[in-house]
Amino acid sequence: MTNDPTRPLLAVRDLGVSFTRKGAPDVRAVDGVSFDVSPGQTVGLVGESGSGKSVTSLAVMGLLPRRNVRVDGRVIFDDDDLLTLPRERMRDIRGRDMAMVFQDPMTSLNPVVPIGVQVTEVIERHQQLSGDAADKAAAELLDRVGIPDPTRRLREYPHQLSGGMRQRALIAMALACRPRLLIADEPTTALDVTIQAQILELLKELVHDSGAALIMITHDLGVVAGLCDTVHVMYSGRVVEGAQRRELFARPRHPYTGGLLASVPRLDAARGTPLHPIPGSPTDVLAWPSGCAFAPRCHHRVDACTDGPPPLENIGGRSLRCVNPLPTTEEVPA
Amino acid sequence: MLKFVVRRLLMLVPILIGLSALLFAWLRALPGGPAVALLGERATPESIARVEELYGLNEPWYVQYGRYLSNAVQFDFGNSTRTNRPVTEEMARTFPATFELALAALILAIGIGIPLGYLAARHYGRWLDNMSVTGSLLGVAIPVFFLAYILKYVFAVRLGWFPTQGRQDPRMDAEHPTGMYVLDGLLTGNLDASWDALMHLVLPALALGSIPLAIIVRITRASVLDVVHEDYVRTAEAKGLWERTITRRHVLRNALLPVVTVVGLQAGLLFSGAILTETVFAFDGVGRFVAEAISNRDYAVLQGFILVIAVLYVVINLLVDVSYGLIDPRVRVR
Ligand SMILES: Nc1ncnc2c1ncn2[C@@H]1O[C@H](COP(=O)(O)OP(=O)(O)OP(=O)(O)O)[C@@H](O)[C@H]1O
Ligand SMILES: [Mg+2]
Repeated sequence: MTNDPTRPLLAVRDLGVSFTRKGAPDVRAVDGVSFDVSPGQTVGLVGESGSGKSVTSLAVMGLLPRRNVRVDGRVIFDDDDLLTLPRERMRDIRGRDMAMVFQDPMTSLNPVVPIGVQVTEVIERHQQLSGDAADKAAAELLDRVGIPDPTRRLREYPHQLSGGMRQRALIAMALACRPRLLIADEPTTALDVTIQAQILELLKELVHDSGAALIMITHDLGVVAGLCDTVHVMYSGRVVEGAQRRELFARPRHPYTGGLLASVPRLDAARGTPLHPIPGSPTDVLAWPSGCAFAPRCHHRVDACTDGPPPLENIGGRSLRCVNPLPTTEEVPA
Repeated sequence: MLKFVVRRLLMLVPILIGLSALLFAWLRALPGGPAVALLGERATPESIARVEELYGLNEPWYVQYGRYLSNAVQFDFGNSTRTNRPVTEEMARTFPATFELALAALILAIGIGIPLGYLAARHYGRWLDNMSVTGSLLGVAIPVFFLAYILKYVFAVRLGWFPTQGRQDPRMDAEHPTGMYVLDGLLTGNLDASWDALMHLVLPALALGSIPLAIIVRITRASVLDVVHEDYVRTAEAKGLWERTITRRHVLRNALLPVVTVVGLQAGLLFSGAILTETVFAFDGVGRFVAEAISNRDYAVLQGFILVIAVLYVVINLLVDVSYGLIDPRVRVR
C-alpha cells in the first residue's frame, strides 16, 4: 500500500503481554518490546526457550487468547493499530496481509480435513475465487512449495504426508494470498536436520520472490546468519540487543548475545575450536524490575546490574539493554 | 467400506451362538429346572411331567440344544407363557414402539446435548457453563423412573400440557402400517394422529433421554475445550477464516469424535432404560412387555429380548465405527 520505502510495514512499540490468573501473580511474558519491519525486510527474533518470542508473534497476529491475557503497547500495520482494531477487521487482515507458519507441522494441520480444503479455504476467504479456480490455485501453490503430484496431494489427509511435506503445505497456505508480512515461528525445529535446510531455503526463496517481509523466530543464530537483515535478541520477555545482522555478529555488545554466538558452531572457525554454552538455564532469571534478568548467568556482571532494570539505549543504530556491555573490540568472548 | 460392514455383520454369528448357548444353559440351571420355573414352585409332579413332555425337556441336553438352535435360526423362540403367543410375534408388535421412543430420546439428547455442550465450552466458567455442568450432573444422578414420575406429575397431571400415558389417544381412528405411530400418521396422511403420537412421546423421551443428554453435554463440552486449544485451530485462526467455518470445520468435526462413541454406547442402553420409562407412562413397547415378563417369569420372552438386545448392540457398534470412519480418515479402512 505504502510507497514510502522508509516507512516501516510493521512497527511494534512497547509491546507487553501479561498472563493473568486468579489467585496467582501475573506472568509478564513480554515487556517493552519494540521493533520495526520494513517492506520486504527479513527480521530475526532470537532467544532461548521461554524468552517470549512466540507470545510476541501471537500478539502481533492477534492470536492470543482473549481471556486472562492483557496486551499493551501498539502494533502499527498500515497506519492501523492492530491491538485496537475490531476483531472482524483483524480477521480480514490475517491470512491476507499477514500470515504465519508455526513450529509443529504435525499438529498444525487439521487431521480430519483434506489438504486441498485447508489450502482452498484461505483462498476462498480472501480472494474472489471458488470451486475449480480455487482448486487450480491450490494445486499451483503446492507445486510452488515443491510438493510433487499436487492434484493428488490435495485430496490426501495430513497423516499421509511427511513432516517436511506438511510444513511445505503450511507454507503454501500462509503464502496463498501473497501477504506482505510472514511470521515464521521456528518453522524447522520439529523437522529432521536434512529437511530443515530445505525448508529454510524454500522460505528464503519464496519470501524473496514474493517481496514479503519476514519475521523469522528462532533460538538458533545459525538460522539467522544466512537469512536476516536485522536481528533482535530477546531474553526473559525483553529485547536486550538489536542491530543489523553483520553488526551484531561482528560486535555483540550484550553478554547474552556474545554467549549465544559463542555457543553456535561456526563454519569459519578452525576445527576443534571449543563451543561455549551459556552457563545456567533460562529459568534462572531475575525479575526485570529488580535488575537485569540475565545477571545470574552473566560473566560480565557488575554490581550495578542488580540495582534496577537497565534501560534500552540506542547507540549508533543499535539498541542495547546493558549497563556493562562487552567492549566493542571483543569479537567472541571466552 | 462394504467389506468392512459385511465382516462386522459376520461377527454377529459367533456372538449370537455364544449368547444362545449361555441362555440355554441359564434356562436349564434354574432351580428345579425349566418346568418348575414355568409352573411355579407349587407345581405338582404330574403337571411338571406334562410340561417336560410338552417341551421335550426329558430328552438329552444335546437333542434339546439342537432343537433350540434350529428353532432359533428360524426366529422361533417359543411362546410367551403369559400371552401364549409366539415370542417373535410379540416382539414384532412391541418393537416399533420402543424403537420410536428410543429414537425420539436419542434425537432429543443429541439435538440438545451437542449444541449445549458446545455453548458451555465457549462460555467456559460463565453462568451458561455452570448451569450445564450442574444440570448434567443432576441428569446423571436422578434415577430415570423418578424423573419419569416427576415429569408425568408436573407436565401431564398438574399442567396438563401432555397426555399422561399411552402412545396415542384411543379415540384417534388411526392406521398403523409400521407400528411407529408418528411415521404412520405421516404415511397415511393423518397428521392429527402423528401430532397426537408425538405429544405422547415427549415426556417419555425426555425421561429416557435424560442420561444420554447429560452425558453428551459433558463429553461435547470437554471435547470442545480440548480441541479449541489444538494447534490446527490456531492455524485456522491465523488464516482469518470466518468464525463459523472454524467452528464447523475445525472445531466440531474433531470434537465430535468422542461424542460419536458415547452416543453409540448410550443408544445401546436406551433399550434397557425403556423398561422403566414405558412402565411409568404405560407406553406399550418392548420395555413394558419385558417388565411384565420379568414379574411373570416368562423366560421365553426374556430370552428373545436378550438376543434382540445383543443384535442391536452389534448393529449400533457397527454404525458407530462407520460414522467414525466417515469423520476421521485415520481410522478409515482401506
Ligand atoms: N498461555 C500462557 N499462560 C501463561 N504463561 C504463558 C502462556 N503462554 C506463554 N506463557 C509464558 O510466556 C513465556 C514466553 O513464552 P513463549 O512461548 O513466547 O516462549 P518462546 O520464546 O517462544 O520459547 P520457545 O523457544 O520454547 O518456543 C514463557 O515463560 C511462558 O511460561
Ligand atoms: Mg515458541
